[in-house]
Amino acid sequence: MSITLTNISKSYGAKKAVEGISFDVAEGELFGLIGPDGAGKTTLFRILTTLLIADEGNAAVAGLDVIEDYKSIRNSVGYMPGKFSLYQDLTIEENLTFFATIFGTTIGENYELIKEVYVQIEPFKDRRAGKLSGGMKQKLALCCALIHKPKVLFLDEPTTGVDPVSRKEFWEMLKRLQKKGITILVSTPYMDEAALCDRIALIQDGKILEVDTPQEMVKHYPKALYNVRADNMYKLIKNLKDFKHQYSVFPFGEFVHYTDQRADFHTDELERYLQHNGLTNISIEPTLPTIEDTFMELAK
Amino acid sequence: MQSQQVIEVENLTKMFGAFKAVDAITFNVKRGEIFGFLGANGAGKTTAMKMLIGISNPTSGKAKVAGFDVFTKAESIKKNIGYMSQKFALYDDLTVKENITFFGGIYGLTRAQIREKTTQMIADLALQEVAGQLVGSLPLGWKQKISFSVALLHSPKVVFLDEPTGGVDPITRRQFWEMIYKTANNGTTVFVTTHYMDEAEYCDRVSIMVDGKIEALDTPKKLKEQFGVKTMNDVFLKLARG
Repeated sequence: MSITLTNISKSYGAKKAVEGISFDVAEGELFGLIGPDGAGKTTLFRILTTLLIADEGNAAVAGLDVIEDYKSIRNSVGYMPGKFSLYQDLTIEENLTFFATIFGTTIGENYELIKEVYVQIEPFKDRRAGKLSGGMKQKLALCCALIHKPKVLFLDEPTTGVDPVSRKEFWEMLKRLQKKGITILVSTPYMDEAALCDRIALIQDGKILEVDTPQEMVKHYPKALYNVRADNMYKLIKNLKDFKHQYSVFPFGEFVHYTDQRADFHTDELERYLQHNGLTNISIEPTLPTIEDTFMELAK
Repeated sequence: MQSQQVIEVENLTKMFGAFKAVDAITFNVKRGEIFGFLGANGAGKTTAMKMLIGISNPTSGKAKVAGFDVFTKAESIKKNIGYMSQKFALYDDLTVKENITFFGGIYGLTRAQIREKTTQMIADLALQEVAGQLVGSLPLGWKQKISFSVALLHSPKVVFLDEPTGGVDPITRRQFWEMIYKTANNGTTVFVTTHYMDEAEYCDRVSIMVDGKIEALDTPKKLKEQFGVKTMNDVFLKLARG
């Protein structure tokens, strides 16, 4: 195993940040930690990168204990924190040289690993990091996290606030890094990114809701799910929420995702109810659950 | 009907030196409409929005917001719009109630109005338990819901929301959109930016900016037809990736 966590808990004062967290990440795996702000993702990253000591439990990275072997771990992992943490007053090239030197290597030695990302920012290598756009900062931070050829890469919300095009490119790049044998633990609040991981852990309020492959996870969804549509979205949501047999009602893109409390639910009954309430152009079709549906069901 | 237009923009342009950050954009937004303002990072969304809320002077073009000209009546615009950003929302060191009182005062509400609005907001958002707590101690999703309500305190004609749901959990994100629907249904125009493409589907109309220009503007349904794809995510990828 590349990463193991056993019963990890951490509190800040009276607030429990994470509670009884256990999961493993296999060598070469791309593992996603999926959950909203405040779920405890960053706390786990800080524990695994030896920047924070857990109150309870054990954790190991690349076969090394996070407490006893913390110095060795620091040499063998790359960490890209959620908040931009490079030197704003140093240029792109100076930042990268700095991190390479700290780890006793040079840019040249591991250039192959960062090349694909670095060529995109190389034309601006004399620009100070503080003057870069969000996307360029993100690429520089990734280069700095990779420059010493880590065995395990920790990426804390690398795509938050990033537009869908750049997000897609970032994930394609992660896939290629994975092929080079690097284990990757990545966190994200975007549920659609979960499908791109080998396995994921859903986390909310400091607790793991479920760990599985994205494909298996959606199969555990306990209800028959329907796409409901009508002309007036606001009224549709309102009416569905007022329907006495509703189990869950969540807007989902152009549809509302609906589940019923009853196992023997027939859509024509709901359609009549919505018609009766004056809605027009109603359609109710069965649909497949997504990771986001699963998350909301588990977090309910 | 001209009076129904809450935002009117014609050839609005902003230059930074030789760089055209916003390049002659033109669009209108109606009363009670939910208007999605999308674009890649760096496409010019923030610059355009800053001009519309009266904190950045356009280089050329025309724009009226809530009936006021952005060139000559920027101060009146600020009084007649609501604005909420993801980065700065509320004062963490003030309680929920203190924040409401503070922003109510800024917007020129009377004490009686502030009292009334506070009671109403606390009931609407079910905040009874936390009204006396510091905002900094609340989960992000709560903060964003409170922040949105605060932006509506002075009953503005239009409210600008800059990535209001970034990082918010999926259930709260949907509750937030239900608040948006309710607000629009009451006649307030909602101008919103987001990186969640499912949220783009919730908008009445969506514009997509690429390199300073509006490259597409229509209902989500028509945009999907126009580009021959099934989701707004694909529309976005097609446009922004070129």
